[in-house]
Amino acid sequence: MSSFKSKYQDELIANAAYIGTPGKGILAADESTGTIGKRLASINVENVESNRRALRELLFTTPGAFECLSGVILFEETLYQKTASGKPFVELLKEGGVLPGIKVDKGTVELAGTNGETTTQGLDGLGQRCQKYYEAGARFAKWRAVLKIGPNEPSELAIHENAYGLARYAVICQETGLVPIVEPEILVDGPHDINKCAEVTERVLAACYKALNDHHVLLEGTLLKPNMVTPGSESPKVTSEVIAKYTVTALQRTVPAAVPAIVFLSGGQSEEEATLNLNAMNKFQGKKPWSLSFSFGRALQQSTLKAWSGKDENIKKAQDAFIVRCKANSHATLGTYKGDATLAEGASESLHVKDYKY
Amino acid sequence: MSAFVGKYADELVKNAKYIATPGKGILAADESTGTIGKRLASINVENIEANRQALRQLLFTSPNALQYLSGVILFEETLYQTTTDGKPFVELLQENNVIPGIKVDKGVVELAATDGETTTQGFDSLGARCQKYYKAGARFAKWRAVLKIGPNEPSQLSIQQNAQGLARYAIICQENGLVPIVEPEILTDGAHDIAKCAAVTETVLAAVYKALNDHHVLLEATLLKPNMVTPGSDSPKVTPEVIAEYTVQALRRTVPAAVPGIVFLSGGQSEEEATLNLNAMNKLEVLKPWTLSFSFGRALQQSTLKTWGGKKENVGKAQESFLGRCKANSDATLGKYVGGSGTGLASESLYVKDYKY
Repeated sequence: MSSFKSKYQDELIANAAYIGTPGKGILAADESTGTIGKRLASINVENVESNRRALRELLFTTPGAFECLSGVILFEETLYQKTASGKPFVELLKEGGVLPGIKVDKGTVELAGTNGETTTQGLDGLGQRCQKYYEAGARFAKWRAVLKIGPNEPSELAIHENAYGLARYAVICQETGLVPIVEPEILVDGPHDINKCAEVTERVLAACYKALNDHHVLLEGTLLKPNMVTPGSESPKVTSEVIAKYTVTALQRTVPAAVPAIVFLSGGQSEEEATLNLNAMNKFQGKKPWSLSFSFGRALQQSTLKAWSGKDENIKKAQDAFIVRCKANSHATLGTYKGDATLAEGASESLHVKDYKY
Repeated sequence: MSAFVGKYADELVKNAKYIATPGKGILAADESTGTIGKRLASINVENIEANRQALRQLLFTSPNALQYLSGVILFEETLYQTTTDGKPFVELLQENNVIPGIKVDKGVVELAATDGETTTQGFDSLGARCQKYYKAGARFAKWRAVLKIGPNEPSQLSIQQNAQGLARYAIICQENGLVPIVEPEILTDGAHDIAKCAAVTETVLAAVYKALNDHHVLLEATLLKPNMVTPGSDSPKVTPEVIAEYTVQALRRTVPAAVPGIVFLSGGQSEEEATLNLNAMNKLEVLKPWTLSFSFGRALQQSTLKTWGGKKENVGKAQESFLGRCKANSDATLGKYVGGSGTGLASESLYVKDYKY
């Protein structure tokens, strides 16, 4: 085959397929220490380990949540944390039929001579780190590449660097038993229209899949985590149906059928927007040889965070908010979301932060 | 969109989709004058215009055969020929819901400093020629790129040149109202096994689709004409089921769902082999977002040619033979072929080493 034969081949294929189970999706709970600090700050909670642990325990022990989740992406610290009663989070997830995943990139750095375009670091010793994570129970990984739309962006350089970085990361993961989630995020920032976003998305995804092929990545053992195709943040909004059509068309033109599932990032969309858009995609009549699901961070946690506000007495309220979003998105993967999710405070709130740094 | 959407976009998408209709496929009758000469020679028939016309008339007037065809690829001469009653071939095809297509490449030339690798010519005035063909009734085109497997082949240069050439040809077609059939043929010649063929096919197809994207080609308005994934000609044969598995896997890894149909070339396979392989692919229980059909030349015409032998009194029998192959392949596109159609001629290998069109 054009792809290399990993000793983990069957496992990679099975795990990737499992993550794409209709009705399930991914909770992206891999905020780095710095990033989770911003979230905690927004609800006046101190950024200490016990609070970070408490938040994740709140999420992972929400009754019924695991039925809606096939995977959770973790930050390294969380991979080794436990519940208050001493059960490792990884065990809790596994018992609940949820695959633990791990963020393995080390953030972005600017590409000299460009207008603020970036590449992603993290390849040094990546193989050994992945082995370590596999031993700790992780079965998939995530690496975020970032591109932006501007008058001269994304440049050929940015596209090439990010595509080939993703491909190198992906094959290293497969060598060590982790399903790589390939995430080429094109930021929503800008006044461009949806056509422009579609054009850029198609170009970027085509480059990604050429790079993955060059690096002998086994597509059946990968997942894609793209942006949805939408107008820029400073452009007038469009309906979910329009977003669905442009997004699915872009994917039909670039993502081979061998990829089992596409798990969208939510970018700056509100919880409700993200769910409605995902739902519209699954209702859209057109060829979709991969399942379409979610890998949401903010769009799953926003109202939960607000409801919790760091207080023990709010845990139940917060968990109620969380299960509502989980179920809503689970429905959306089946195209059966009726928009009747009890709208908690913050569910419609835009989560867009200009020039968002993870 | 990233894709070029010109004035013909809707028509192109509609025609591409029609060609990919389940139950139908393409007759590749676009042999150049030189190539058809070899075919005629093999049945002791003189290579003159009247005989070339007679052969094509035999095929296009075969009772009940056209219902199994969505398109016929023609050579330029044939585009302007008529039946002996004076009806233009193009009209005859159109009346029977068969879309006329046209071969637009001008053959291959060697790439210097490679080991016999080639690139395809035909760009000069291609746009103007396409316009001319459109006016004459053509609605799709074909361009054959050729690659080979060897110790150092296909080289990066060959892959790049042929992929870029196909992409440039494709966009020019779309600018002028013709659906481009994208044909990156990897020759079967060699002692390599099926895994090697699969690896090369995947690498080549990935390069082709990257090039098509770079050139803003509208994929919904194209068709792919690839080789099936098989062992090399000097390697032991495998079953149709194995060929089906490797072929469909390679396509699933490289061909975007936006492409409406994949129409295989038959290479050196016998008529029966080609049909059995196509059938196995359509029976395979795996998700295939494009239809899988045929664009066969030799594998549709071989026994018909032999049965005809250039003699008027054999036309009826030859046409029956042709109908038999058309129906067999139509069944194969639906996974319903039960095998054994036609005479022993159908099992004859059509492999010619280092085949030059």
